[in-house]
Amino acid sequence: MDIHMVSIIGAVIAVCFGAVGPAFSEGRAIAAAMEAIARQPESAGTISRTLFVGLAMIETMAIYCLVVALLLLYANPFAS
Amino acid sequence: MHANPLQTEILFRLGPIPISQAVATTWVIMVLLVLVSWVGLRRASIEAGPLQTALEVLIETLTSQVGEIMGQDSARFVPLIGTLFLFLVCANLSAVVPGTKAPTAHIETPAALAAIVFLSVHYYGVRSRGWRDYLRHYTRPNLLLLPLNVLSEITRTFSLMIRLFGNMMSHEFVLAIVAFLAGLLVPIPFLALGVLIGLIQAYIFTVLAAVYIGAAAGNTALE
Repeated sequence: MDIHMVSIIGAVIAVCFGAVGPAFSEGRAIAAAMEAIARQPESAGTISRTLFVGLAMIETMAIYCLVVALLLLYANPFAS
Repeated sequence: MHANPLQTEILFRLGPIPISQAVATTWVIMVLLVLVSWVGLRRASIEAGPLQTALEVLIETLTSQVGEIMGQDSARFVPLIGTLFLFLVCANLSAVVPGTKAPTAHIETPAALAAIVFLSVHYYGVRSRGWRDYLRHYTRPNLLLLPLNVLSEITRTFSLMIRLFGNMMSHEFVLAIVAFLAGLLVPIPFLALGVLIGLIQAYIFTVLAAVYIGAAAGNTALE
């Protein structure tokens, strides 16, 4: 098992676990926002703007994992 | 598919300076934006033509949105935030035009935009609060939190850059993989999704920039 194989496995694991957590939390955030909009349709603008900002924050975690995977695959410092 | 997303291909050289495709696309977008606004507002009149009306509607919407995010005294931020949004929309949607790639799918353009936001946060913070008060807000609520506040300043700029880059670049990857698996008609829904992703990312980048700058300047409606 050389360094390339380990890097590929590491990238796969990073994307797998990096996708699960944000998916769950984004689902919860959207469900809560939907409920709030259904209760108070008049404040839909504020809720959806805050929701977008929050989703961006949550999604950053997934993107970090993606960046780690890309670094492992394309810019690995140990596999020169 | 084998292209390294962290590397840039160089289009031509201007003396010793290499010009990449992203930079060339950025220049074309800048020229287009300036030309459209110059032509539309060259002879601005009360009985507005179609282009002037469209530009006015756009600016009115931008102003009201920025006002909702940043509270009162938001008019001075509209030029920066509005330009950021218009540029990002054009840059993210430029991937739709055949033969061009979104400049935001390479890491330099988001890095430059995040640097602009980072610097303007401090500029507006110092301008509207003064040196002493602005620097003191890093030690709130406690002096022990100073390292954390400084760290969050850096990481949020970093995540602003990585978010835009990661979304645009990963979408390019998805398109490449789908086109590689089934080239005919199957990529079309993904292309449509790309338009949506580009618009949402432009919106998120702009809203976050507005929130950061507004928080530094001291007027917060959304923090």
